Amino acid sequence: MRKVLLAASAVALLAAGPAVAQNKSIKIGFVSTFSGPVAVIGNDMRNSFELALDHMGRKMGGLPVEVVYEDDTFKPEVGKQKTDKLIESDKVDFIVGYIWSNVLLASMKSAVDAKTFLITSNAGPHQIAGEQCSPFIFSTSWQNDQTPQAMGHYMNQKDVKTAFLIGPNYAAGKDMLGGVASTFKGKIVGQELTKWPDQLDFSAELAKAKAEKPDAIFVFYPGKAGVQFLSQYAQSGLKGQIPLYTAFTIDELSLPLQKDLALGVPGAQQWVNDLPNEANKKFVADYLKKYPGLRPSFYGAQTYDAANLIASAVAATKGNLSDKAAVQKALEKADFKSVRGNFRFNTNHMPIQNFYLQEAVKDADGNFVLKTVATIVEDNQDRFVTQCHMR
Amino acid sequence: MTLFIEQCLNGLQFGLLLFLLAAGLTLVLGIMDLVNLAHGSLYMLGAYFAATFAAWTGSFVFGAVLALGATLLVGMAVEVIVMRRLYGRDHLDHVLATFGLILFFDELVRLIWGAGGMSLPLPSWLNTSVRILPGVDYSAYKLSIIVVSLGVAAFLYFLVMRTRLGMLIRAGASNREMVGALGVNIKLLFTLVFGLGAALAGLAGLMQAPILTVQIGMGENILILAFVITVIGGMGSIRGAFVAAILVGFIDTLGRAYFTDLLRLTFSKETAATAAPALSSMLIYLLMAIVLIIRPEGLFPANSK
Amino acid sequence: MIPTLNLRTVVGLLLLLALLLLPLYVELTGSRFLLTLFTRIVILALAAVSLNLLLGYGGMMSFGHAAYLGIGGYAVGILAFEGITSGFVQWPVALLVSAFFAFVIGALSLRTRGIYFIMITLAFAQMAYYIVAGLARYGGDDGLTIQKRSQFIAPINLSNKVQFYYICLALLCAAIYLVWRIVNSRFGMAIQGARSNDMRMRAIGFPTYRYQLICFVIAGTLCGLAGALLANHTDFVSPAMMYWTRSGDLIIMVVLGGMGSTFGPLFGAVALLVLEEVLSGITEYWQIILGPLLLLVVLFARGGIDGLLGKARHG
Repeated sequence: MRKVLLAASAVALLAAGPAVAQNKSIKIGFVSTFSGPVAVIGNDMRNSFELALDHMGRKMGGLPVEVVYEDDTFKPEVGKQKTDKLIESDKVDFIVGYIWSNVLLASMKSAVDAKTFLITSNAGPHQIAGEQCSPFIFSTSWQNDQTPQAMGHYMNQKDVKTAFLIGPNYAAGKDMLGGVASTFKGKIVGQELTKWPDQLDFSAELAKAKAEKPDAIFVFYPGKAGVQFLSQYAQSGLKGQIPLYTAFTIDELSLPLQKDLALGVPGAQQWVNDLPNEANKKFVADYLKKYPGLRPSFYGAQTYDAANLIASAVAATKGNLSDKAAVQKALEKADFKSVRGNFRFNTNHMPIQNFYLQEAVKDADGNFVLKTVATIVEDNQDRFVTQCHMR
Repeated sequence: MTLFIEQCLNGLQFGLLLFLLAAGLTLVLGIMDLVNLAHGSLYMLGAYFAATFAAWTGSFVFGAVLALGATLLVGMAVEVIVMRRLYGRDHLDHVLATFGLILFFDELVRLIWGAGGMSLPLPSWLNTSVRILPGVDYSAYKLSIIVVSLGVAAFLYFLVMRTRLGMLIRAGASNREMVGALGVNIKLLFTLVFGLGAALAGLAGLMQAPILTVQIGMGENILILAFVITVIGGMGSIRGAFVAAILVGFIDTLGRAYFTDLLRLTFSKETAATAAPALSSMLIYLLMAIVLIIRPEGLFPANSK
Repeated sequence: MIPTLNLRTVVGLLLLLALLLLPLYVELTGSRFLLTLFTRIVILALAAVSLNLLLGYGGMMSFGHAAYLGIGGYAVGILAFEGITSGFVQWPVALLVSAFFAFVIGALSLRTRGIYFIMITLAFAQMAYYIVAGLARYGGDDGLTIQKRSQFIAPINLSNKVQFYYICLALLCAAIYLVWRIVNSRFGMAIQGARSNDMRMRAIGFPTYRYQLICFVIAGTLCGLAGALLANHTDFVSPAMMYWTRSGDLIIMVVLGGMGSTFGPLFGAVALLVLEEVLSGITEYWQIILGPLLLLVVLFARGGIDGLLGKARHG
């Protein structure tokens, strides 16, 4: 009885509370990994986000912006905890970030239940593009399958008849290998999923690949694992024997460590440093100026876009963020200048974009940089859009 | 076949690393009756020291040697400051106090070195492969781990079996009070033994650093394995730790490698890939449980005879 | 047996009263985060109460207690995933499976003593961890999201945070009362007797092994209940719930609060988790204080918070 009385009084108090008014400032929660070896990725994302805020005078739609950064320590349950904290304790208006698909999958229910807009600037598990799509979830990166799908197309173009696939055993790894399999027309002679993130010794998988004698090996290993893989690939004698095709394994963050090993190894990506649009030139140039010694990676580029996406929505709704439907419409418009050039969303809030072939080269100063070599596919849509209920 | 040989070598290498870690633990447990959960923290410190000193001096070997010394000093300091107050107390107290030490060291490392972890790159003369058999190219570095570990194992054997200090260690493992009663400087002996254990842990940490990781909390995962080995081998027994470590190393490595293939006969690749490492880990714990139930003193108990 | 009205009991009851009134405070100040935080505290306090029975009163140092959190949690999670969302099915299953595992693990572990007991309970907990991490269908290491909380009949709605809080609090109070009754019964006396001198108890004629096993099962089942609650609270389960360091956290709560006391585990859970929240707001390196704090408690304040409140702990 007491419980009912207390609950009733609580409800009464809640109902009598003040109506939600227009925002006085914009609060953004940022969940990424800032500890461990993969902290370089989180830092790149943070740097890019901060740069975007600098570019817009630290104001969105005339309102000051406050960002709260939280570290998911590379663990799904911690990412979820931090997401909950941002929503309930910091009461953020938007949540951005999420490097890892498994962290995102664990955290998204909290955002969706609380009707807080979540913009993933990296992770793209197929669930958010398909059956678990939500009006509150947007992506400024890609759906995991898209990039390896592009690589699959490229492998077809290069007349690869047989392939061996290697990747890590977690949400994104499975998506990646599935993505290649969906577009690659040749025969997949073997697939290996390795323990993630502990397993950094790929000698067994490389040996198995060697034994199958495929035309090519496709691999997905983000972060430190990518560095280890390339090094072991060379050590196992496969370099020069069986060509390697990659997604998310060679990027501006891992390249300085991979050095020569990355030369000549193609990767698919929807953004490369040298994309020739104005927004990108400014982003890269100012990044190099603000953070000497560092180069922005695709993780950062996507996060820079996320900041601008949010700003465009805030401006369009004139800071009245309590009208969720209006904010959603404004976000869907994607009325901002992306570093990818043209940017638009599909009905499931995944980007429709080009995918390019990138290669590592040595520039005039002897630095290792990534270069756009060709466009593999244009205006690519992910293959899960039909499973999304938002049509 | 070549893959099998490679995997066996991997298993041996992993087992030997585990031995280095477990040797210190079993010594401390056997002689000082001290359960030291913070042993993994010393392992972590060894890796961090090595990464730092190697970067300062520009030399991998020099950095490693300095790191060993540093870990030894830290170990002895911990023994004098903390461990001395725990002798004779309940094992529960040891567990709690050293668990507190783990928390402390994890944060200390974060304070000093930051949250991002570190890397310890291999010098080029180690970063190649060696042809040990026709068709079998094995990483030179991993071979050197095997060689160094075997060397240390031999050194430990010599120390424990052929020197006076070793005699005291063996005596202390079987009957602590007697050794004290015979007038041996127990305090110094304990400090030295703890320091030795710390140095061994640090060595394991710095050796795996270039191929695995240098990050906060790296000690917690491997510590459990070290304890399991200690129990299987018999507390206080270096010989037991050696045999148990090699056994565990093989089970873990070969299990991960071959369970996947075995499971794939009936399950999907994804199910197999997820279940295989879990199975091989479970097998190790199962082994320990069996040993504890059938022969709790371990395979080579120190107090036998 | 009438509880003595000393400082420790009074503080304990006051704390419970404060917890009872918390939702009112939350409504007045609008800090919904406090409600989430304290729901978690209450659930973990329940787990600590179960461990206190085992460790504080029974003297059985189980380093694998977090396994039951995971078992209870995954029972709910797996059933929910497979479409069985009724709490009337999920919770009994969680309790039964926890009880079963506790029985098996206890039966085998209680044959050993001292450090071996610690190690074998640890081993079994790790095995449970790896079993769960090895199930690809239920997410493995990625964990499993629970889309709908356990369904009971209206008006009980676990998605209502205030309701859920009170349910957890009610269960916590029930658990504290249950443990108090057990401990003050003949069975409880035997358990505590076995802790101080097992041989003598057996000499008097008590089948200590059987009693300890029963105690083990009760503790495991209670913790399984906490696991089911935790799964509902976070809408997510992952193997990390049962990793050995989580068992360590539970032990810290029990020890900090005061082993073998009625309200000790509650004090410990509140102290530890509130400290965590407060300290992490001050500095991100707060754990550097926690470590040595634990050390000092072990060395000097063996009775924990409860010991500080009272003169001597009973039992």
